[in-house]
Amino acid sequence: MRVVVWIAEQTWEACIDAVATWAADDATVVLVHVTPSDVQGAAHHAFAGMLGRRGTDADPGDTVAHSAAASATGLLDAAEARLGRAAERDIRIGRVEREVVDAADGADLLVVARDGDDARLGPKSLGPHPRFVVDHAPCPVLLVWPGAAPAVGSIPPPPDRPPGKHHGPGHHDPHDREHGHHGRRRPPEPPAPQG
Amino acid sequence: MPQAVAESIAIAALVIVLGVAVVAPPRLPEAVVAVPLGGLLVALRIVSPDDAATEIGRLGPTVGFLAAILALAHLADAEGVFEAAGAFVARRARGQPIRLLGLVFLVASAVTAALSLDATVVLFTPVVFATAASMRLRARPHVYACTHLANSASLLLPISNLTSLLAFGSTGLSFLRFGALMALPWLAVIAVEYAAFRFYFRADLRASHQPADDAGTTRQPVFAVVVVVLSLVGFAVTSAAGVPPVWAATAGAGVIAVRRFASRALTPRRLLESTNPAFCVFVLGLGVVVLGVNDHGLGRLMARLLPDSTALPAMLLTAVIAAVLANLVNNLPATLVVLAAGLGHPALVLAALIGVNVGPNLSYAGSLATLLWRRILRRRGAEPAVGDFLRLGLLTVPAALVVGVLALWVGLSTIGA
Repeated sequence: MRVVVWIAEQTWEACIDAVATWAADDATVVLVHVTPSDVQGAAHHAFAGMLGRRGTDADPGDTVAHSAAASATGLLDAAEARLGRAAERDIRIGRVEREVVDAADGADLLVVARDGDDARLGPKSLGPHPRFVVDHAPCPVLLVWPGAAPAVGSIPPPPDRPPGKHHGPGHHDPHDREHGHHGRRRPPEPPAPQG
Repeated sequence: MPQAVAESIAIAALVIVLGVAVVAPPRLPEAVVAVPLGGLLVALRIVSPDDAATEIGRLGPTVGFLAAILALAHLADAEGVFEAAGAFVARRARGQPIRLLGLVFLVASAVTAALSLDATVVLFTPVVFATAASMRLRARPHVYACTHLANSASLLLPISNLTSLLAFGSTGLSFLRFGALMALPWLAVIAVEYAAFRFYFRADLRASHQPADDAGTTRQPVFAVVVVVLSLVGFAVTSAAGVPPVWAATAGAGVIAVRRFASRALTPRRLLESTNPAFCVFVLGLGVVVLGVNDHGLGRLMARLLPDSTALPAMLLTAVIAAVLANLVNNLPATLVVLAAGLGHPALVLAALIGVNVGPNLSYAGSLATLLWRRILRRRGAEPAVGDFLRLGLLTVPAALVVGVLALWVGLSTIGA
């Protein structure tokens, strides 16, 4: 079993813990880290935009690229230490979401952490990169919360029905569960005044 | 020589200078092209020797001032000021990305205002990346913040950006008055950038669940920080006393240099290199080339295009034209072209500075041509899509221009020019 784990700053611990919980002990674990290429690109561009400075000063994009390689290694060291066993490493630079999908090619499982709104369940809990990876993954995906998962009650109530369309007495709205049978029910709305 | 021919040759010279900047051939710095082309325009009498001498005489002190600031920034770096700034933001951020972003905004804005955008791009940006990485936080928002603030936080003082230094003389304002009038636009533009960054990078700025490491202690370069602050005070004092403020910068750089010479940590050669002589000579060459372009038609065209009123719409139009020009041809020549049009009022010069200083955040690489060319080359293997840069630029630049000019207008109405 080949388990590919996407190690991203600020969320990686949850992925490592998920591997310990869910992956087989004899599974091959691959830790993937991608440095977004636009970070060094932004530094390169900012330097290129300063007319006439080429020649004396060092391009800050090169410095950033150099320290990116070192910091990726450091992060994967920490991840491997937390995992507690040897793992393969895949260090990349590029478009994060596409590199992760590419790294998951041929894997039996891809472990991904959510990185958006962690206050409630819902689509906003996935930032653009995990969203792309989940949508395009070429293998099964284990999607984990970086912290404790929010309660089911954090899902917002369904939108109000248009006025005038009352539902029958036998109807039970599953989303009203948390109010219980004795909870206050919304009174039927009066018909909209005409004219 | 007919005007049209002279103008065509001068424009061709400017296009070659900018083309070299765009293509960036290795081992061919811009100065090696700009200076001979400036000389050619003089030899062809497209720029008269007298005018060229006047222009160089006018730009000379400005370029000298810039050299002193660049030396001061590099000496402060050698003394560990930027490293200490990185340790300071790491300590105060306590492992949280949003706190780190706020602190990076604070320090990058201060560095840009006090030591010029060169210091932020060349010296502070790599420190910010290393700091975020050592905290195991995503570096993207913080590195982008540096690249953006190098432009948009360079509004405050004449020394913050070469564009402002070039325009300072035409404003007729004192150093302090310039700073007082630009303080509000500076703050307003930084606030717009901050709001946009919080929105645009919200996924990257999500709270971290890892415990904050104790960022160890680093040496505190008190001496260098005090010298930099005293130099800033010196700019204001010398300016008020009618002494060229270049002396304050030179004295500041000199004090640190003497200390480092004494400990044999600095050689005269290193000190000279830190003033970026090639860049200084380039600015003089570019000045002569742009003079040729302006004198034979473009100056008159710009004078017709640019408004001549200090009403708010005129200031906005000036800022927008300056910003568009800055994205077409890079903001240095854009500044020289706009200034040659003879903006009639300090309000318009300051509005134009908001345009040329904030505008480049749209295209990052100095001009759209550079951005597209670098994209075509893809020399770095995985160059990011142009759209990534343009989206953030579109989110910040138009709003920052409008808010910045509004703030300038409020400042002018309150304290007057």
